[in-house]
Amino acid sequence: MIASLAIMALGAIVLGAALGYASIKFKVEGDPLVEKIDAILPQTQCGQCGYPGCKPYAEAISSGEAEINLCPPGGMDGVRKLADLLGREVKPLVAEEKPKQVAIIDEQTCIGCTLCIQACPVDAIVGAAKQMHTIIGPLCTGCELCIPPCPVECIRMEPLSENLENWKWKYPVVAIRRAA
Amino acid sequence: MLQRLFSFKGGVKPQTGKSPSVQEAIGLAPLPERFYVPLHQSIGGAANPLVRPGETVGKGQLIGGADGWMSSAVHAPTSGRVLAIEDHVATHPSGLSTLSVVIEPDGSDEWVERKPIDYRRLPPERVREMLRDAGVVGLGGAVFPSHAKLTPAKSVTVEDLVINGAECEPFMTCDDMLMRERADETVRGIAIFRELLAAQRVLIGIEDNKPEAIAAMRAAVERLQLDYAVVAVPTRYPAGGAKQLIRVLTGKEVPASRRSTELGVQCFNVATVYTAYRALEFGEPVISRTVTLTGNVAHPRNWDVRIGTPLREFVALAEPRHDTNAFLMGGPMMGFALPSLDAPVVKATNCIIAGSAGLFPPNPPEMPCIRCGACAEACPHELQPFELYWFSRARIFGKTQEYHIFDCIECGCCSYVCPSHIPLVQYFRFAKSEIWAREREKKAADAAKARFELRNAREEREKEEKAERLAKAAAAKAAERKAGALPAGDEAEGSPRARGAHDTPPATVDAAGSAGTLDAEALKRATIQAAMERARAQRAEQAARNIDSLTPAQAKEIAAVDARRARLASATGAPPAPPESPLDKAASGD
Repeated sequence: MIASLAIMALGAIVLGAALGYASIKFKVEGDPLVEKIDAILPQTQCGQCGYPGCKPYAEAISSGEAEINLCPPGGMDGVRKLADLLGREVKPLVAEEKPKQVAIIDEQTCIGCTLCIQACPVDAIVGAAKQMHTIIGPLCTGCELCIPPCPVECIRMEPLSENLENWKWKYPVVAIRRAA
Repeated sequence: MLQRLFSFKGGVKPQTGKSPSVQEAIGLAPLPERFYVPLHQSIGGAANPLVRPGETVGKGQLIGGADGWMSSAVHAPTSGRVLAIEDHVATHPSGLSTLSVVIEPDGSDEWVERKPIDYRRLPPERVREMLRDAGVVGLGGAVFPSHAKLTPAKSVTVEDLVINGAECEPFMTCDDMLMRERADETVRGIAIFRELLAAQRVLIGIEDNKPEAIAAMRAAVERLQLDYAVVAVPTRYPAGGAKQLIRVLTGKEVPASRRSTELGVQCFNVATVYTAYRALEFGEPVISRTVTLTGNVAHPRNWDVRIGTPLREFVALAEPRHDTNAFLMGGPMMGFALPSLDAPVVKATNCIIAGSAGLFPPNPPEMPCIRCGACAEACPHELQPFELYWFSRARIFGKTQEYHIFDCIECGCCSYVCPSHIPLVQYFRFAKSEIWAREREKKAADAAKARFELRNAREEREKEEKAERLAKAAAAKAAERKAGALPAGDEAEGSPRARGAHDTPPATVDAAGSAGTLDAEALKRATIQAAMERARAQRAEQAARNIDSLTPAQAKEIAAVDARRARLASATGAPPAPPESPLDKAASGD
């Protein structure tokens, strides 16, 4: 009787110690789910979801306080991937899905105020005080955050055009013909 | 020489349709009215334009410099004048445009100075550079820069150099005719390649439906007393695929998503070898190639045609019949329908086929997959096309990659045998380009995220530094205050006085009278004027310095900016003139 109690107690102590050690040794910093969600988000950092950047939105989704359909740049594709990852239901996007676009500064009108540089979340605008600014096209995520601060309204958005580099083969569509 | 041949799995035997175009010798296509030479004619970076509109160029003059190692140069196909460097329809299934050099021939067709290269005395890396600058790329259709393939890997010795003269694609006969007519030059080219790669063995693979080409190549090898093996391989599509030919000739099977180089085998097309020989022996860059023009035409034939010749003028040579409804580039199995005949002949153009309803009947409607497995039996890469098809169709791209979609060479055997007439290859192309697009997007998103995080860290650091500075300043002020209450009081008294002194000048001027005011103001204006003059002079002097060797994209962007500026300047009128009149007035008042 005593022996069995002792054995059980010993077992509990050993296992407890092992678990305690493992929880310290193999501690995971941060929430791995947040990382996974963040990897699906398009990283435009546009704030259209109501959170200040993609990571905060990922955190909000992970904690269950935000819906998965708040990200217009991610599109329905992103919603579907998030739904797959989280086992939630696919919902239609809250806002309209826009084609990919890029910001363009009209250099002639630009007064060099640097306000757009401060607004750009991904450092895609070059320029200095009282010098012309310009947007580095390939780095622009099309988040539109530079448009409101511009005092002379010299920034406009243009949809990305198709070229030989980003051209894609289309989904095969077979024309339906009337049977003879 | 007897050689053991191996075989690859799958493959099909379509009607070859090769005989009409081999009846006549290779013809020399006449010069067109205008050339449109695309600057991007190889895998890798687009060549940078080296000429300006209005410039006269000689035949073979370099007009596009290779952009780095993985790129290839582009040359003027004839002598004439550059009319423009502009976007022109590309020879591509999309029909989108690409930056091209438009050249108007002057008719004299005069070469620039051609310097034969003594490649035996030059170090191999120099020879490779010369091949790059001569625009030598894989003419089988993939246009992979040849000099990159001629760089032997350090770890693996090249055992076999495989020369691809199989030409398995139906209708296509350009390599066949080239080997028949120019066997000596081709074999000499092979000798150069062998030396560059230090290959132990050379195998020339030719399908056995081309006995004349085999005989010509054997004769050339014998004449030049070389130990190359000219091997007749069984005619079965796609025996001319690089991996298939290597399998047939050497028995080596290139594993999934690896290159043959890793197994010590390198493979080149016969036309590539021929152009490399012309480039090194005669200093002639790649400005023309042999193209088969066949199908629903009155005069099928092979033509030596200059790169940049508009296809409309080229196909007219064969007189297409009236019921021609489409033009294919590259053969019926792997080619694509040309969206526009305004596109030019490029280095990748090996065959143009005029199609008609009789020659290529329209695809019967696509029926559901019945899982017969015929496609898997036909696939030369031993893939499972039906699995790839389901996943591509459902857009489950991760699964298509698990089934090795990127090992698919799009040979079209699966579509050819499919009893349900499913355009399988189209589904695979769709899936591949979607996967590439997603990878591009993912890469861009990751880079954006990295920049965003870097920016946040920078802002955080700046905030901290500012707080630190402020704290330091506050501490210094506190210390100063502590040092003595008296000096502080003095300072407080001093400042209003200083402000008062600053306010005085206008009053004094008023009292002094208008003559003094004018004098002082004129002086001030003159100083401002001088400063503005200096600024203007500086601006005029400040030409952009980094404008050499721009990429075409950059040059285009600069042109667009300039155009935008010009437009705006004309819209708002000339920029406000510097205030010259006030100065004049002041001077007259003086």
